[in-house]
Amino acid sequence: MENASIFVIVVSAILVNNFVLSRFLGICPFLGVSKKVDTALGMGMAVTFVMTMAGIMTYIVNELILVRFHIEYLQTIAFILVIASLVQFVEIVLQKVSPALYQALGVFLPLITTNCAVLGLALLNIQFKFNLPQVIAHSVGAALGFTLAIVLFAGIREKTELSDVPKPFKGFPIALISASMMAMAFLGFTGLV
Amino acid sequence: MKMKTLTNGIFKDNPIFVQLLGMCPTLAVTTSATNGFAMGAATTVVLVLANFVISLIRKLIPNKIRIPIFIVVIATFVTMVGLFLKAYFPEIDKSLGLFIPLIVVNCLILARAEAFAFKNGPVESMLDGVGMGLGFTLALTILGIVREIPGEGSVFGIKLFPEAFEPAVIMILPAGAFLALGLLLAGNNVLKARKHK
Repeated sequence: MENASIFVIVVSAILVNNFVLSRFLGICPFLGVSKKVDTALGMGMAVTFVMTMAGIMTYIVNELILVRFHIEYLQTIAFILVIASLVQFVEIVLQKVSPALYQALGVFLPLITTNCAVLGLALLNIQFKFNLPQVIAHSVGAALGFTLAIVLFAGIREKTELSDVPKPFKGFPIALISASMMAMAFLGFTGLV
Repeated sequence: MKMKTLTNGIFKDNPIFVQLLGMCPTLAVTTSATNGFAMGAATTVVLVLANFVISLIRKLIPNKIRIPIFIVVIATFVTMVGLFLKAYFPEIDKSLGLFIPLIVVNCLILARAEAFAFKNGPVESMLDGVGMGLGFTLALTILGIVREIPGEGSVFGIKLFPEAFEPAVIMILPAGAFLALGLLLAGNNVLKARKHK
């Protein structure tokens, strides 16, 4: 993956290695906030923003601080702190700059700290030895992939809500089985890049 | 009373089958029973230690910044467990890979810190951690077994079927993870409905 082109990285992150459906990152919000398409879209937007910022910030922290002083073993702690403060920062800025958007995202923002997609992205960026443009491409692609998956999934769940599901399958079981079908569909992208 | 703290996590409030917490590692690493068990054990260790420490310092933590403090405590133990696994069980470290550092953001641990350890004494918090951890491990191992039998034709790496058995690879792919957990939850619902009757 070290010298993959930007385009390949983006397509791979959105479709082939979709963060939710093939890497299993960000399942909690994927299952938790996908009852309605609107809220799913809001969550997707918030996550896209935070993931892009977090990808870049953690890369910089890693290169400038952790690698220079040979304290890479502190990666997990350092990254989670960067992400938590970033989320807090985004919250404060949004509140000031665009109260409307802040209202819309309100509840989801603090939840993003514990979204494993964000920390997972930061760690994967380092693991793949990406350089800065590749980090940006991968972060944006992964975030768009997350948004795509959660919005599609919310659409399916809105439909299943109205259909006649056998009683033991009501709620989460049927949602998980629909997710399984989605994951199978996304398997079709394997080999695309 | 104390016994209840312990068993609650295993059955009544099982983190996975009842509370649906900590889904990412649950689905990702349960390609085999061994992996599921290892992940459960690692999470349990972190959960017990984090619960203990958070409960010890709970009176010193200012309410407003409790979440970042919880996360730092948890991240410290995760780093320790990660280094331990790398040193003594390199194979497990390799197969769990990214999901060891990701124990930090396992919602289960943060949820227990917030809902239990922050309000109760250290001994009870540890018991709660042990119970929740065991429940988590149990669920992960079951899911691992359910996926490994059709997916690989083995349990804990021991072959069950003769050579002619063609494994259903879909079960160890991501799609199989969602499917297996969905069916297990539905099965759990059936059992619960029977009990009520």
